[in-house]
Amino acid sequence: MSAIYRREMGAFFTSGVAYVFLTVFYLISGIFFYNEVLLSGSTDVSPMFASMFIIILFLIPILTMKLLSEEKKNKTDQGLLTAPVSLWDIVLGKYFAALTLFIIAESIIFVYAIILSALGNVVWQTLLGNYFAMLFLGAAFIAVGLFISSLTENQMASAVASMVVLILIYLSEMLVADYANGGKIQNVLYTIVTKLGFYSRYIEFTNGVFSLPSIIFFISVAFLFNFFTVKGLEKRRWS
Amino acid sequence: MIEVRNVTKKYGDKLAVDNVSFKVEKGEILGFLGPNGAGKSTTMNMLTGYISSTSGQILIDDVDILEDPKKAKANIGYLPEIPPIYVDMTVDAYLNFIYDLKKCKLPRKSHLADVCNLCKISDVRKRIIKNLSKGYRQRVGLAQALINNPPVLILDEPTVGLDPTQIIEIRTLIKKLGKRHTVILSSHILPEIQAVCDRIIIINKGKLAADGKADEIAKNITNEHKMTVRIEGPTHTADDKRVIAEALKKISGVTYVRADMEREKGIYDFDIETDGKCDIRRDLNKLCTEKGWNILMLQLSDLTLEDIFLKITMNEGIKVESDSDTPEISLSIKDGELIASTGSAEEEKTETAEETESENAEDSENNGGEE
Repeated sequence: MSAIYRREMGAFFTSGVAYVFLTVFYLISGIFFYNEVLLSGSTDVSPMFASMFIIILFLIPILTMKLLSEEKKNKTDQGLLTAPVSLWDIVLGKYFAALTLFIIAESIIFVYAIILSALGNVVWQTLLGNYFAMLFLGAAFIAVGLFISSLTENQMASAVASMVVLILIYLSEMLVADYANGGKIQNVLYTIVTKLGFYSRYIEFTNGVFSLPSIIFFISVAFLFNFFTVKGLEKRRWS
Repeated sequence: MIEVRNVTKKYGDKLAVDNVSFKVEKGEILGFLGPNGAGKSTTMNMLTGYISSTSGQILIDDVDILEDPKKAKANIGYLPEIPPIYVDMTVDAYLNFIYDLKKCKLPRKSHLADVCNLCKISDVRKRIIKNLSKGYRQRVGLAQALINNPPVLILDEPTVGLDPTQIIEIRTLIKKLGKRHTVILSSHILPEIQAVCDRIIIINKGKLAADGKADEIAKNITNEHKMTVRIEGPTHTADDKRVIAEALKKISGVTYVRADMEREKGIYDFDIETDGKCDIRRDLNKLCTEKGWNILMLQLSDLTLEDIFLKITMNEGIKVESDSDTPEISLSIKDGELIASTGSAEEEKTETAEETESENAEDSENNGGEE
């Protein structure tokens, strides 16, 4: 696993994906930080985190798009799958590489915190709560992106499909918002979608609630999609 | 060392490999021969655990590749058809990655240096693979397979894209490796297989078509089986050609006659094939005496590996006399299935024969034969 992790980290930087990802992430989070935190004259970083949800939807597919699709296209997966490593090693090596890069990006928060602490008192509980919420949200989204990357040979297809799926996840709760007081079927649909809703769970954190079930939900999603990826790779060998 | 038992692979309805069994002993160099799409790569991919077999069993050093893949794969070095190299890495970084991936315990620096020396890539170690030529990439692929000194090496067309001197180098290298490793090598370049391999397996349409040593496969096909005669007729025109060919066909035991090109003015060569059961040379002589023709030349053709390969893969079918002197060769050739079913067998044979002809470069002036 560590060999794959290290190679993948190297590849992020040699291919330039890491620079694009980090630049865009820092730029946009910086704008939100300036607009929603500094200009409003508060040291509460929650509004910034709430806005970042949308940005993550678009940025995570860039991280995950080529992780497995490129291997398949260049036939380098033959090298990995015939090496004495398990499928979990391969998938998790790639997964943690992407997650590491995401954490590097997200940790810019601490730079903002230093700036804030020069201007006033930072509320560390909310800052850390939001930080971990976003971390686990990213962990779940990366697993989804990695799974989609394993389904195609085309990087662009992988990126676009991941974005669409993540946007659907985001919009799903709004789509069923009217169903709360509807008929039986509508009610069931509403319950299911809101139970599985990523957005409302995430927004909870920005409202100052540190919800452990939500953290467990994100981790479960991450595990589940990594499991799907492994099974998908396994199935490809049997087809 | 490697044992393949009744392995079958289906892609949906398409049968890619059909009930193939063979065994490779330690230190053997086995050549895998077959036309495009015969199932060579599929078989190799199954041997290395990249894909699984639909049914059957593959044992690498007595370890089932599907039951204990990690242990079995640790014994294999694999060079696929397209080397699995990451083009944006340097050769050194890539080989170090493979070293880590295979959890190699050998001393890193000296082992990598050894492998690079063997594959002659020491001078490009600092370069990015993207900028290397195809030949170098192929050698990096080979180096990757050699890391951790696996006892089994599986090489899928290792000399593709190399220039002639490199091909010779790689062949010598493979021969050298064959002393310490068990090697399976696939190719459709026949001289290569003949030069390097101890044993040959010919695979066609997913089935094992022949298994044995190259010279023995050729030796087993009796000389009486195929011959070339040059007969001088009375008129020295194309009429002779037709008349003689028809007469030859009537000799009992003759299965196939093809009038070849005009070698001398008005005199033609005929390729004759027999069923292999009887020697027709005496009958042939008698026929010519009766008709007043002169036999100017009679040559028994030794089948080259190329002939065997073409025959087997074109489904033309050779009947092989089982030779009791060499019992260790198991030669099983599936013959005649297609011919029996199509009905237009004669036409197909002509086509095959012409293709055979065009393979032989020295016969380039051939004006095409007709029966």
